Amino acid sequence: MSRLDETFRRLRARGERALVPYFTAGDPSLADTRRLVVEAAHRGADVVELGVPFSDPLADGPVVQRAGTRALAAGASVPRVLETVAALRAETDVPLVLLTYYNPVLAFGLKAFARTSVDAGVDGAIVVDMPPEESEPLASEAAAAGLDLVYMAAPTSTPPRVRLIAKKSRGFIYAVSLTGVTGERQELPADMATQIGAIRRVTTMPVCVGFGISTPGQVAAVGRVADGAIVGSAIVRLVEARAGSPSLVDDVGKFIAELKAPLREPLATSAVRARR
Amino acid sequence: MTRALPDARGHFGRFGGRFVPETLMAPLIELEQAWAAAKRDRKFQRRLADLLRDYAGRPTPLYFAERLSEQCGGARIYLKREDLCHTGAHKINNVLGQALLAERMGKRRVIAETGAGQHGVATATAAALLGLECEVYMGAEDVERQALNVFRMRLLGARVISVESGSRTLKDAINEALRDWVTNVRTTYYLLGSALGPHPYPMMVRDLHSVIGREARRQARAVLRRLPDVLVACVGGGSNAIGLFHRFIGDRRVRIVGVEPGGEGISTGRHGASMSAGAVGVLHGCMSYLLQSDDGQIATAHSISAGLDYPGVGPEHAYYRDLGRFEFVSVTDAEALEGFEALTRLEGIMPALESAHAVAYAMKLAKTLPRTKAIVIGLSGRGDKDVHVVAKALGKQIG
Ligand SMILES: Cc1ncc(COP(=O)(O)O)c(C=O)c1O
Repeated sequence: MSRLDETFRRLRARGERALVPYFTAGDPSLADTRRLVVEAAHRGADVVELGVPFSDPLADGPVVQRAGTRALAAGASVPRVLETVAALRAETDVPLVLLTYYNPVLAFGLKAFARTSVDAGVDGAIVVDMPPEESEPLASEAAAAGLDLVYMAAPTSTPPRVRLIAKKSRGFIYAVSLTGVTGERQELPADMATQIGAIRRVTTMPVCVGFGISTPGQVAAVGRVADGAIVGSAIVRLVEARAGSPSLVDDVGKFIAELKAPLREPLATSAVRARR
Repeated sequence: MTRALPDARGHFGRFGGRFVPETLMAPLIELEQAWAAAKRDRKFQRRLADLLRDYAGRPTPLYFAERLSEQCGGARIYLKREDLCHTGAHKINNVLGQALLAERMGKRRVIAETGAGQHGVATATAAALLGLECEVYMGAEDVERQALNVFRMRLLGARVISVESGSRTLKDAINEALRDWVTNVRTTYYLLGSALGPHPYPMMVRDLHSVIGREARRQARAVLRRLPDVLVACVGGGSNAIGLFHRFIGDRRVRIVGVEPGGEGISTGRHGASMSAGAVGVLHGCMSYLLQSDDGQIATAHSISAGLDYPGVGPEHAYYRDLGRFEFVSVTDAEALEGFEALTRLEGIMPALESAHAVAYAMKLAKTLPRTKAIVIGLSGRGDKDVHVVAKALGKQIG
């Protein structure tokens, strides 16, 4: 059983849901990323997503795009991020999932990526522009190395596609809440519960929801229907605002604690409230 | 050598495919099915054929460039005159087909990316014709160097969105168009302008441009009483080139040469020659040759011609390059300018700077071949849009 599986099983047993914060690795520096991940784990992050920057992030909105530009300027790359993960492993055992695009992975080498990731202490990877149909070459290497590949399900995914995604995914399923790029939104999509329900009908695998979730209130709402909430742009924006400040790590840590709080509420009462 | 490519999942050998976020997968499958149905639909095909003839001006002539050939003193040079198409470039062939498809799919909003502005102008034109809403993404650098086309698009009723991210050229315009499409996919048709992107685009764009090669083959047969010896076309993403080449792939005796932008020279690193200097990778939904760093970050291309200023190339070209069926060469900015001037002065035909790359290479090649040989150049567009750029490069003022 992988560290991701164990984490979600433990959370389920406690009636808790996962908070999954996202950081772009190398923003503002890889040393800061290391401190931020350790702090996030202390403050209640259950899984941490680490973005490996790519020059052409076509699924990302402006906030994550800017972070990627800063991270590339700071020298982030697949090998440098993996070094950072290896160093992090002395300080935390929080599950880590890399989030990136296919080309940097391909350039590093599919087999090398899977093996080196696992050796460094990475638990899983999400390759944004690699749908199940194109996944075989990397998936076979990942399976051999013991790296969990997480796939995304979108609001546009048809039922047969959701089944395919559920079959391929390891660790959890990343439910993209909306049709669009990453970035904060005022409102959660009205049809989120329906979308999660459609995934639940075909799998018992944990479902985490991401894209557009940025406030504790939104996290609470996600926690009523899903196993975890992924928060990206709101955190990245805070990192951007506090970059270079001595309070960077602490301020981000506080925000993560606020985001986690509603997910600790026992599921039964919140489920009742959701039904009202 | 099979012409039944790509395979069912959009692969040309190891190239092509569909490397996109999950949100776009179902819409791409729907698009593929809609295109397959449209191809079988007689009424659709007749409407497209009528528009290509009466609106776009097809067939375009195959013109013997006698003075240019004499000047080179070798092979006879023929021009496949896509510059005479309505809106001034081959782009309209693809656009008319896809705009009709958008209409057939019930999408009232079309978006497009553009480099030189030719695809944007063609899309804005078709949108005006069919009464569709149209928004065009264009890199900020290209907005500056192709100002004439920006104004043409606005006159046609399109909204032009200047893209400030990344290298501020075609690559970034495609990123922004894809982000728009991911967001508005239920109501919007993405009218991609070159033979690249995720399946079915490389196939569909090729299908729509292959009329160029079908006509050229028939015309060569009539004029030369045989097939040409060499085909030469410029390659940005590769749409005009695959359009000219495709019908000839099975004709083993016909040499096929794609001309990439050599920019300031391959050795300077400032160029767009992804076949000569790139490595296999994935960008904008397909696997192909790309200019990139060792870490897999996409490099910035450079070319005097905005339409060739792209760090990748269509997957079908990559496939036939690896098979050895297509050759790829590069021509520098300076050589392209010479090609531009030569064709203008000797034939009174002002080519687009993109097409001038093909002219420059064909002139070099003609000199090495006997008079019995015939070269066909895909003259993809006319040069009006480039007059400012040419004046600047020659250090001259307009007016
Ligand atoms: C006249 C002309 N030729 C060629 C190109 C390059 O595109 P492709 O390689 O898809 O033919 C363009 C693109 O803008 C163009 O305007």
